[in-house]
Amino acid sequence: MEEKAKILDKDAISRALTRIAHEIVEKNKGTENLCLVGIRSRGVYLAQRLSFCIKNIEGKNVPTGALDITLYRDDLALASGLPIVRKTEIDFDINDKNLVLVDDVLYTGRTIRAALDALIDFGRPKSIQLAVLVDRGHRELPVRADYAGKNIPTSKDEAVEVRLQETEGIDEVVIMKNNDKTQNPK
Amino acid sequence: MSLEFWISFVIRIWTFDIKPMNWIRKDLLGLEELSKEELELILSTAESFKEISSREIKKVPALRGKTVVNLFYEPSTRTRVSFEVAAKRLSADVINIAAETSSVKKGETLIDTGRNIEALKADIIVMRHNCSGAAAMLSRNVNLSVVNAGDGWHEHPTQALLDIFTLKEKLGRIEGLNVSIVGDIAHSRVARSNIWGLTKLGANVTVCAPKMLIPPGIEGMNVVVTNNIDFALKDADAVNVLRMQFERDGQAAFPKQLEYFKEFGITEERLEQAEKDIIVMHPGPINRGIEMSSAVADGAHSVILEQVTNGIAVRMAVLFLVAQANEKIKNENTD
Repeated sequence: MEEKAKILDKDAISRALTRIAHEIVEKNKGTENLCLVGIRSRGVYLAQRLSFCIKNIEGKNVPTGALDITLYRDDLALASGLPIVRKTEIDFDINDKNLVLVDDVLYTGRTIRAALDALIDFGRPKSIQLAVLVDRGHRELPVRADYAGKNIPTSKDEAVEVRLQETEGIDEVVIMKNNDKTQNPK
Repeated sequence: MSLEFWISFVIRIWTFDIKPMNWIRKDLLGLEELSKEELELILSTAESFKEISSREIKKVPALRGKTVVNLFYEPSTRTRVSFEVAAKRLSADVINIAAETSSVKKGETLIDTGRNIEALKADIIVMRHNCSGAAAMLSRNVNLSVVNAGDGWHEHPTQALLDIFTLKEKLGRIEGLNVSIVGDIAHSRVARSNIWGLTKLGANVTVCAPKMLIPPGIEGMNVVVTNNIDFALKDADAVNVLRMQFERDGQAAFPKQLEYFKEFGITEERLEQAEKDIIVMHPGPINRGIEMSSAVADGAHSVILEQVTNGIAVRMAVLFLVAQANEKIKNENTD
């Protein structure tokens, strides 16, 4: 795999998140009953940044949690690599809340399907909305994002890599391309 | 699941903040063969599972459609129930087989029993057996996962893991801790598993028992041996008090239970004399007034009931990891 193009840089990510924060506040008419839940691992950091943006806009703290969906996957073992189970930390009541689920990349929709199952076990939110930094298409399930930082048409032999300050020490989104067609893409 | 999904998934995992360490064993037979990293993976996975038991809906679908068979050749309530609860919280189906009420009574061999359970398309056997090495032998003869729930005097890995998990939760670390194990070391699989696990994770282990209950060669396991309880408690961070197994041959080895309490019983006075605020653990069931006083068992030092709670998270982690690894092995074989 090698880098094909940089889609978003630090400033573009920051602008996209600020815009999404405004859209969330607009759609939900403020921050009352609003909460954010990020999907591990990058969704959690994006949710925290959105929460910070919303605080700048409305001056109010929005409860923010972290969701690990490993135990809700539709397959136990992966073809390549086994996921590590991490902690789910939602220390507030999600019943009757307008809950915004946050992830970095929306692709097949299967992660979101698993996240919805997990959330329903925690309670019955009034609504669940979806915010993603990148929507790259190729859905396999009827899932769509309510808020997207950027729509990026991709081919299936490409991969979208989101790198964040908190995890990789840099804010950027790049498209990776698999050059060797004979080799199985990893 | 499409390959494309995994392309993106693995790309994402590559850059995780914590480098994922894979669990590749289909079985958990003992702690002796595990690496430090494997022990740490089980402990951190258990940490993630602990939260599930505090939810209103105490269940996740991770092992939905899997069947766990509890095969117990020895009486056990707490270990069996703990495994049963753990499996059910992962949405697995659980079947309990007690040897006294099964075809084992008619002379069926362990391997035949195992193969029959495999033919029923079960996925995991959790086995308690009175012979050391029984779990390892079973695992060599079946393709399903085998989790050792205690084999003879050999190992009881999940008990040691939950002891270590509780210690780590209480004190924040294992490395450098002084842990004393007191009681019937000779006949204790709990002691053996604890020694393996604790020493691999960097703790200093002392074993303390009457001379006849110290097995020969135990020094080779990298532990300090003593017959003096006050020495064992002096600078200990924690003491793991083993049950005197009077139903085995403890009775013959040490006839006077009150005398044992006088020489080795954990009392509040003894704990107060020690330098540190000692954590007291016990795998249960407690013989009150023999291994420890009731005041200690119910007192501020005791974490005995927390051990029971943590046992569920640890066993959930073990069941999940072996099931996941076995699934991967099966996938690779069919590719």
